[in-house]
Amino acid sequence: MTDIILSTEHLCKNFGGLKATNDISLNFERGVVHAILGPNGAGKTTLINLLSGELLPSSGRILFKGYDITSAPPEKVSRIGIGRSFQKTNILPGFSCLQNCWIGAQSCLLTSMRFFRPAKHLRNVHRRADHALQLCGLSSKRNQIAATMSYGEQRQLEIAMMLATEPELLLLDEPLAGMGTEESQQVTELLKELAKEQTLILIEHDMDAVFSLADRITVMVDGAELETGSVEQIRNSKAVQDAYLGHEEDAA
Amino acid sequence: MHTVTRPIVIFLCICLGMLLLFPAVGSPFYTELVTKIMILSIFTISLDLLIGFTGLVSFGHAAFFGIGAYLLAIIFNDVENINYWWSLTLTLSLTGIVALVIGWFSIRTSGVYFIMLTLAFAQMCFYFFFESPHFGGDDGIFLSNKPEIMLGTRQLIDLENEHHYYYFVLAWLAGVYLFLSMILRAPFGHVLIAIKANEQRVRALGYSTQHYKLVSFVIAGTIAGLAGFLEAAHTSYVTPAYLGWHESGMAIMMVILGGMGTLFGAVIGTFIVVLLQDILPNFTEHWKLIMGAIIIGVVLFLPNGIAGLIFSISNRFSSAKKEAGKEHD
Repeated sequence: MTDIILSTEHLCKNFGGLKATNDISLNFERGVVHAILGPNGAGKTTLINLLSGELLPSSGRILFKGYDITSAPPEKVSRIGIGRSFQKTNILPGFSCLQNCWIGAQSCLLTSMRFFRPAKHLRNVHRRADHALQLCGLSSKRNQIAATMSYGEQRQLEIAMMLATEPELLLLDEPLAGMGTEESQQVTELLKELAKEQTLILIEHDMDAVFSLADRITVMVDGAELETGSVEQIRNSKAVQDAYLGHEEDAA
Repeated sequence: MHTVTRPIVIFLCICLGMLLLFPAVGSPFYTELVTKIMILSIFTISLDLLIGFTGLVSFGHAAFFGIGAYLLAIIFNDVENINYWWSLTLTLSLTGIVALVIGWFSIRTSGVYFIMLTLAFAQMCFYFFFESPHFGGDDGIFLSNKPEIMLGTRQLIDLENEHHYYYFVLAWLAGVYLFLSMILRAPFGHVLIAIKANEQRVRALGYSTQHYKLVSFVIAGTIAGLAGFLEAAHTSYVTPAYLGWHESGMAIMMVILGGMGTLFGAVIGTFIVVLLQDILPNFTEHWKLIMGAIIIGVVLFLPNGIAGLIFSISNRFSSAKKEAGKEHD
């Protein structure tokens, strides 16, 4: 039997009359890079927001390692080992890179309700923050203020902050969004590196990146799952080509 | 996020030295006034924890100042010998509980709604004291006895002695400053400052931001209660005006004028506003107009307040020093 780390059962999310997520039942295996593809408005980000606790599902269940986390708030989801990065860069702009990661790393403490000893004496937190920066290739920028960095570097920092919490499962919402070719290659390399040890759930528009990174792919259309399978299966699927890849070729 | 550099530390030490020496040279009137300003500074510095570090703009902070003062007056009005430490502990605990209740409701909202809610709670407290004849109503209430500050069986400080009380309050101010600097350097403070910058992200990183905001609110409220307590013990008189929104608004103005998110800026702001209120009327009866102009000027030209100016001067100092050092190399 495969080792399922996260699964959803008949997950639905309605915004008024709109079914943003419609009866999604998926299994995510441990150690696998599972990409979610779909045209704009397919409900990919809504799905990530449901998984990370930013949104509460209208119905259905989410199970993480067998525990029901359907109604867990984002901070709890993070603490049990699910990290997420945001599609729109969501960092602490006035802080240095290290300070950004520090906040992530500090969540390894049982509680940060500690009032007496200066935080900088926490070696463990320091190590984790440094490690996250190093993974994302930002070690040389550690003291630079985040707002003054390039867009691509901010995207890397976005991922570094999540890594600093040392998650078991990573939810990545379009990590390559808006990046130049070179930056996007760098981040793809980083994701490949991460994929060796962690489980990734990846939303991405960049087809090349998805096909080179993912082990499994789910294609979503209009909030519903169209098809799930290996890269080859998806590439050759008639339904997927009609619904999604077809459009792309038409556009081209 | 500001780091306190060496020039700033030197500046703060000079300020502290001046405050230490002041009673020796100042007239009794000004010694009394500076005592009052220092008490008020304890109040505004606690507001800076909320506005400058947690991102909670409380428009009802004076409620805690007033409650601290009233509690001392009410609970100990018929007691002959009031033990200072015991009354302080009781007053602060009760103020803390009130802050917990008000905070519990208020932090559920944010932005303008938070401002309105804290204001509404403060006005409720104001009218509670204003309209209860038992607590003196709109006339306020007198303390028939002053607390005695004992250490063991010896009297530590004579409250009637203006110099004694001056140094006592100065010690409290320094203590509150050091306490707040300590918690802001600790893991707790890092989370607070991050919440101010981007609360959603901090939640996504695994923090129950509501809890941190609430604890910050309670700490700030309790310290404001301490300031009220010191004021009531000093003047032996408490009026409902202490809780009014006017006081809360003044405190916000002092924090902004002095520079948010720096702690010592709040103290500078308090000194400047109160001293201007004292000095300007000597020149013209339209002094409030000038006062307003000064505040507008500071906000327009020094967006980070007076502390921001001090920071940029000190940065220039240290970078000039670095360059001089490089040339020596």
